Amino acid sequence: MSETTIAAPGRTGADPEPAAPRQLSMQQALNLALADILATDPAAVVLGEDVGTLGGVFRVTDGLQGRFGAARVFDTPLAESGILGMSVGLAMAGFHPLPEVQFDGFAYPAVNQIVCQIGRMNYRSRGTLPMPITLRVPSFGGIRAPEHHGESLEALFAHVPGLKVVSPSTPEEAYHLLRYAAARPDPVIFMEPKSRYWQKGEVSTGRRGADGDLGSRVARPGKHVTLIAWGAMVARCLQVAELAAEDGIEVEVLDLRWLKPLDAEGLAASVRRTRRAVVVHEAPLTSGLGAEVAALVTERCFDTLRAPVERVTGFDVPYPSGDLEDEYIPNIDRILFGIQRVLEYRRG
Amino acid sequence: MPATTDPPALTAPELRELYRLMAATRALDTAAVAWQRQGAIPGFAPQLGQEAAQVGSGFVVDRRRDFAFPTYRELGVARAMGVDMVGYMATHKALWHGGLYDPAQSRFAPVQAVVAGSVLHAVGWAHGQTLAGHDGVALSYFGDGASSQGDVHEAMNFAGVLRAPVVFFVQNNGWAISVPTERQVAGGSVAARAAGYGIVSERVDGNDVVAVVEATRRAFAQARSGGGPVLIEAMTYRRGPHSTSDDPGRYRSLEDERRDAGTDPLERLAQQLLRTGAADQAFLEEARSAAAADAEQVRTKLAALGPRPGREMFEFVYQEPTGALKSQAAAWRVESEHV
Ligand SMILES: Cc1ncc(C[n+]2csc(CCOP(=O)(O)OP(=O)(O)O)c2C)c(N)n1
Ligand SMILES: [Mg+2]
Repeated sequence: MSETTIAAPGRTGADPEPAAPRQLSMQQALNLALADILATDPAAVVLGEDVGTLGGVFRVTDGLQGRFGAARVFDTPLAESGILGMSVGLAMAGFHPLPEVQFDGFAYPAVNQIVCQIGRMNYRSRGTLPMPITLRVPSFGGIRAPEHHGESLEALFAHVPGLKVVSPSTPEEAYHLLRYAAARPDPVIFMEPKSRYWQKGEVSTGRRGADGDLGSRVARPGKHVTLIAWGAMVARCLQVAELAAEDGIEVEVLDLRWLKPLDAEGLAASVRRTRRAVVVHEAPLTSGLGAEVAALVTERCFDTLRAPVERVTGFDVPYPSGDLEDEYIPNIDRILFGIQRVLEYRRG
Repeated sequence: MPATTDPPALTAPELRELYRLMAATRALDTAAVAWQRQGAIPGFAPQLGQEAAQVGSGFVVDRRRDFAFPTYRELGVARAMGVDMVGYMATHKALWHGGLYDPAQSRFAPVQAVVAGSVLHAVGWAHGQTLAGHDGVALSYFGDGASSQGDVHEAMNFAGVLRAPVVFFVQNNGWAISVPTERQVAGGSVAARAAGYGIVSERVDGNDVVAVVEATRRAFAQARSGGGPVLIEAMTYRRGPHSTSDDPGRYRSLEDERRDAGTDPLERLAQQLLRTGAADQAFLEEARSAAAADAEQVRTKLAALGPRPGREMFEFVYQEPTGALKSQAAAWRVESEHV
């Protein structure tokens, strides 16, 4: 640990002049967001395993320790409960911790601190000890990784009172949603789709305001069916929409972004137009977030729905080894079958 | 032993204040068990016998800059730190889990029901003091049972690596509900483990309030001056049941209790005060009746506290509540409050 002390927490510096939009990978966009957070919020600290000297195993924190010092960007011992429990104490001391858990599956050792402490401290203390913690979790599958490196934890965390959950689908979303999450006074689980880290896209750096950062986003408009997805599945659904268009089917792709709170109004607005919905996620089917989405759509669109909400998801099995992951993650064919089922559905 | 020089010996006024605090703790603790039996509160975890360990350590905290992280049994620490005792007891009246005192103002974290749940918080808070250039010290309370938890290992290792200004204060009261220390703590000593983390530690007679204050002061001096974390294992005895729903007869006999409890820490301090002339019998009597009056006042005020309004279930989940939560709150109001 460096001996350097940092400014007393609580003040917020001015944002740098917005630069012209540029092409960045999601990993670069997240890195830029963290740099801008650290530059503008003196209370922000980044901590986790290998986030300092190495810059993170996905290089999301690359260069941050060099730029902001080892007091504000620091390697912790290898213990996830320790990282999250320590973040609680840092938040109580007035800091805005940005902990990283190296891979989704290793959030499990920290579940006690996340669920029983981070999710409850504001409540337990009657609002006097808020938890402005943004936990970054490289998430979901698709990179042929070892066991426990391809998990989808959104339903687990969305179920916990006191937490919020968000997942970006593009570099632009990654930059802005991370900036937005880090400025919140409540804890946010930030699920980074690791299979999209290296995909490039245009990123604008001026802040876009809460209206741009909240709720869902229509990633592609269409009128026959709504595909609902988040994280890496958004790109796949866009591919599906492209293929379906060749057959004259206009698919709307709704990028949910926020998995808690779910944008019930955005969902309803889209499905009222298309009258059919297919929700796509990598996580196992049973008690997955697709069930919550289906319930919300059914509640709000029961009279207009032409077919029951379809779910195209992972299976109720442990996330498989790399060779089988293409069989597990919803692929283009399975999503097309899902669309076909809602289009061909007949009442009675 | 911490390398810092010994702090000055306790003065007679300080010793008398410690007695007042311990007597007040004893009176409230004993009263609370009675209130539970009378049905005034649903449950309580008495600290009977741990007054010296709790008051002695809490006494050292500087409320302008330090912060204590209690478990569910730190009545004496709360009392010594000047926490609002009605707000503290509110947790036992089932009014609010964390209690109704203001933890930030009191420098006393909300009541923690997860065994070892707050030990890492203390380390994080302490490291925050280092980062901010402040000289506050975190005081982390946990028990012999809690020492088995992985989080305690993580906390001690983090604290050792970061040289965080934290004092781990272990009350080894011989029991974790029904499991005795010898079946809980391999090697027999939590203090001995500290060496493995590069943390200095000290075992003290936790029933000797003077020894506790002195050890805690040494530990605070070291942590505050950048000397890194310290662990104190205060050897004491849980004289009462684990909680008001416990039946200790199933795992220890009255004979065991008589043999193992040692001298009552409150009585021990009384004798010391008389022997050294720091106080006389009249003082002791006056302190005890003040303590009883104190407890009675807490009872009256606690009895006057009604249940929190149901809307508060929804109010503190987030700083920025979700739309779904707001609509659940609205539906609850319509269906339960008929508004
Ligand atoms: C994580 C967790 N596991 C189990 C319990 C139930 N429980 C409450 S207190 C306790 C014993 C704790 O013993 P110790 O740490 O020695 O503290 P003491 O009760 O003696 O003060 C147990 C098992 C709990 N509250 N939290
Ligand atoms: Mg114990």
